[in-house]
Amino acid sequence: MKLKKWMKMAALPLAAVIMLAGCGSGNDDGNAGGSKDANVLEKIEKDDKIVFGVKNDTRLFGLKNPSTGDVEGFDIDIAKALAKEILGDESKVEFKEVTSKTRMQLLQNGDIDAIVATMTITDERKKEVDFTDVYFDAGQSLLVKKGSDVTGIDSLDGKTVLAVKGSTSAINIREKAPEADVLEYENYAEAFTALKQNKGDALTTDDSILYGMADEDPNYELVGGTFTEEPYGIAVKKGNEDLVDKLNEALKALKDSGEYEEIHSKWIKQ
Amino acid sequence: MNFAILTENMDLFLEGFKITLISSVIALIASLLLGAFIAVLRIAPYKPLNWFGTAYVEFFRNIPLLVIMLSVYLIFPLKGITAGTIGLIIYTTAFIAEAIRAGILSIPKGQLEAARSSGLTYSQAMRIVILPQAIKIVIPPLGNQFINLVKNSALLAAIAGGDLMYQADLISARTFATMDTYIFVAMFYLVLTIPLSLGVGYLEKRLAKSN
Amino acid sequence: MDFAGAYSIDHLKFLLEGFGLTLYMAVIAIICSFIIGAVIAIIRYAKVPVISQILAVIVEIIRNLPLLLLIFFTYLALPDIGIKFNPIPAAIIALTIFEAAMLSEIIRSGLNSIDKGQIEAARSSGLNYIQTLWHIILPQALRRMVPPIVSQFISLLKDTSLAVVVSVPELLHSGQIIYGQKQAYLVPILLLIVMMYFVVNYALSILSRRLEVKNT
Repeated sequence: MKLKKWMKMAALPLAAVIMLAGCGSGNDDGNAGGSKDANVLEKIEKDDKIVFGVKNDTRLFGLKNPSTGDVEGFDIDIAKALAKEILGDESKVEFKEVTSKTRMQLLQNGDIDAIVATMTITDERKKEVDFTDVYFDAGQSLLVKKGSDVTGIDSLDGKTVLAVKGSTSAINIREKAPEADVLEYENYAEAFTALKQNKGDALTTDDSILYGMADEDPNYELVGGTFTEEPYGIAVKKGNEDLVDKLNEALKALKDSGEYEEIHSKWIKQ
Repeated sequence: MNFAILTENMDLFLEGFKITLISSVIALIASLLLGAFIAVLRIAPYKPLNWFGTAYVEFFRNIPLLVIMLSVYLIFPLKGITAGTIGLIIYTTAFIAEAIRAGILSIPKGQLEAARSSGLTYSQAMRIVILPQAIKIVIPPLGNQFINLVKNSALLAAIAGGDLMYQADLISARTFATMDTYIFVAMFYLVLTIPLSLGVGYLEKRLAKSN
Repeated sequence: MDFAGAYSIDHLKFLLEGFGLTLYMAVIAIICSFIIGAVIAIIRYAKVPVISQILAVIVEIIRNLPLLLLIFFTYLALPDIGIKFNPIPAAIIALTIFEAAMLSEIIRSGLNSIDKGQIEAARSSGLNYIQTLWHIILPQALRRMVPPIVSQFISLLKDTSLAVVVSVPELLHSGQIIYGQKQAYLVPILLLIVMMYFVVNYALSILSRRLEVKNT
């Protein structure tokens, strides 16, 4: 009986301490981005590491390997190579998962220093962030089950097209194929699962991402070529021209040294 | 606040509002009927029926709605709104069954016996004597379940269900006005849930007085 | 359906890691939301002027909104006004706020169910208001509230799955990554996820019933 009473009395302060510790550590995490207007390049140099926002669900560009827990792909290798150029060591990177929907916000928050996540340079986005030079040329295309009667952008009337929330492809497809129904999902893994479960006739996004899906499941193929140009750039928070310059220099160095070609041919077979 | 976000996208907001409302109302009616059925199974005088009713309630109460919805959507050839509504029904039925069972159990046992001895069958006694009384008691908890349904229907967004939340995602992605979009969408939800919540509170008070 | 492939050691480890994060988020949110909920309930029960009215409005708004909206709001909209969190803290904070609002209502109705005459009796025997609440009212109320509080905890544990929408690598997210690889993994993985949630929540609900029986 006595023990029970003692436990009762101890429980509340204990709970309070755990709460404070728990919530406190949460807040520390939350403020990791630092103050709003800090110069990102200075922060990178001070921390001696670059935090990149990358995809975790996009085969060939950024895919988390469930066996190792590592993220692998073209964007990842480019990010590592950039870190090597800028900080001298490719291990001086940290990767945080972003989706098409969350990446802008994470960058604005200061959670990540730069986005290397299959992100197309658009005028609309240039108002919100600064982009580096193009580091990959993609174009929007369609992925269908082999033998589908969808053969290209002109055969989508009355069909259902799947896309991902927050992506340019979701916006483009409504302009290019106004007679198609468009369904949008949280991430590419869900969108591809939905295509495989016959939730739509085609999945649309950049060909580079679609190649990854076709590579994963040979029952699917790209049709109709590309119908937009999707130049990928690395995005940084607005007003960080020095970081953009630094990244552009590094990109140029990678292209000059042939390392870019190596990474490109390692991941992109087509 | 940028009200242009609201006016320029009014069509989308209203479309989403309509789907949220339709999905919630259909789910409410269906899970009321199924919930009453499961509740009766749980207290029927046959063990296998009890067992089935209990298994249903215990199982679906204890798994996340999002997992139920994703499973229905991805495994069966259904559209997002249909799969989502079915998911809502499956999940909410378990809670409504519990609420109705509690209501039935609060009716004195003697009434069932009296009804039976006056010549009614078990199911007649339930339908004519017990359930109508039970319903009065369970109206407030059912009201709460309806509020939950409206809120839970937001998960349709994850399976392209076209509801309010889904439209909000699309609007905020196009306009970059995240804060404004979510505040407007919150208002749409509150228009539905606050009156319900006040109504439930009123009924609860009245019921407490009449007892 | 490829059960053997879906349930490989690597996949199981990956899912368990996700489940670990699910439980971690749930435990922190349960503790924080219970304390905040209790404080709100007591302030409103004691009818502290102004504060209790303000709290009443806030609680009413929060508990009438979808949790999914609160999660998006915390993670995607609050940064617009300079308040920023990483995905995991954002999800925990949204869960805590939402569940605290729900719990405060449960605790308040528990407090209200205790006969007011007891307060007067305790006060006239020399206890002050706080002591009366702490020693007389709260213990009785808590005992009556065990079942609804535990079922709220179960709700919270289930609700952590919504964190998947802001890319928190919890159980459902881990599952999506695995079944995204191969169609044949879809059903086995969904089944396993269902069972993992079920086992923990069912154990909690049995515990709640035990406590209920003991207390009556």
